[in-house]
Amino acid sequence: MAVKDYIRERFFPHLWCPGCGHGIVLNGLIRAVEKLGMSRNEMVMVSGIGCSSRISGYMDFHTLHTIHGRALAFATGVKLSKPELNVIVPMGDGDALSIGGNHFIHAARRNIDITAIVMNNRIYGMTGGQYSPLTGPGMMATTAPYSNIDQEFDVVEMARAAGATFVARTTAYHVQQMADIIRAAILHEGFSVVEVMSQCPTYFGRKNKQGSAVDMMKRMKETTTPIGSAAKAKNPELIERGIFVQVDKPEYCSEYNKIIERAMGGR
Amino acid sequence: MAKAKLKEHRIDRDWCKGCGICVAFCPKKVLELDDQDKAVAVRIEDCIACRLCELRCPDLAIEVDTEEKVEEKA
Ligand SMILES: Cc1ncc(C[n+]2csc(CCOP(=O)(O)OP(=O)(O)O)c2C)c(N)n1
Ligand code: SF4
Ligand SMILES: [Mg+2]
Repeated sequence: MAVKDYIRERFFPHLWCPGCGHGIVLNGLIRAVEKLGMSRNEMVMVSGIGCSSRISGYMDFHTLHTIHGRALAFATGVKLSKPELNVIVPMGDGDALSIGGNHFIHAARRNIDITAIVMNNRIYGMTGGQYSPLTGPGMMATTAPYSNIDQEFDVVEMARAAGATFVARTTAYHVQQMADIIRAAILHEGFSVVEVMSQCPTYFGRKNKQGSAVDMMKRMKETTTPIGSAAKAKNPELIERGIFVQVDKPEYCSEYNKIIERAMGGR
Repeated sequence: MAKAKLKEHRIDRDWCKGCGICVAFCPKKVLELDDQDKAVAVRIEDCIACRLCELRCPDLAIEVDTEEKVEEKA
């Protein structure tokens, strides 16, 4: 299928700002699904609230645009009732890890077969540039005019510790890697977390004098490196990209089915 | 193996927001922004059909249309 067969063309041009990384995530996600050859009817996209969460309106899958931070709870309901469908949950950093932090760690702990994509622009874009748990100390935000003092989460370490069985990181610059990783994450049976570093030139970029969307993407190229590279050994400051965790563990819907069979006593 | 050869860059001027990402990251410097800040392919003869502009476009505004190039025998 062509790219335009996966989207709701009537809503384009989309509402994201010029150069917003979220559009590149949309692009990469379409390539991943296209390569998998999955039909739109096999896909469900569930999102919460945020610029990132608007993505579910643009995809021509089964889609649910729900409430802030709770997309994974809705997605869990969908997946348990229709386990044969592929459920994808794109989330903002605030959506996933501030208000939605608890849903995030418990979905990971259960290892339910859902693909969570954290579109991490390190800021609340939709509401005007407030700092998030991913902003990090020393950065500027509208709610941190003298710079932020909160330490940030590491999405990868957090997902790993909470029990996610597929954990990866990539960026809006590394589009081919992004499509490959999202594809692998959808194929993985269990809870998959893909952090995509995304640029918000309008708030994070402007507040932190990081220049244009192009400058922000150049920075992604310069500040990241493949997992275990020689460059990382030399410069520990570099952020690693790639698949960190890919393991098999009992999946939640399968385990739940076994309980149903046991409760039915073979009837 | 047959290589992809460029037919044309299809650029949707209504969808393009002029962010310049395609212009900056094209390895062959094929694209530019015009006076209305819309992407245009100005040096199509240099295009290697890598599709990086299409893949990185946040607005899904670029499509690189290709055809199979038949390898000429030496
Ligand atoms: C219960 C509730 N609290 C607060 C809000 C206001 N709100 C809307 S989006 C948002 C955060 C958006 O940030 P993020 O999730 O990082 O997405 P982005 O816009 O950056 O993509 C907040 C706090 C809301 N809609 N609902
Ligand atoms: S405010 Fe930021 S995150 Fe929201 S659309 Fe604009 S650039 Fe993207
Ligand atoms: Mg955000």
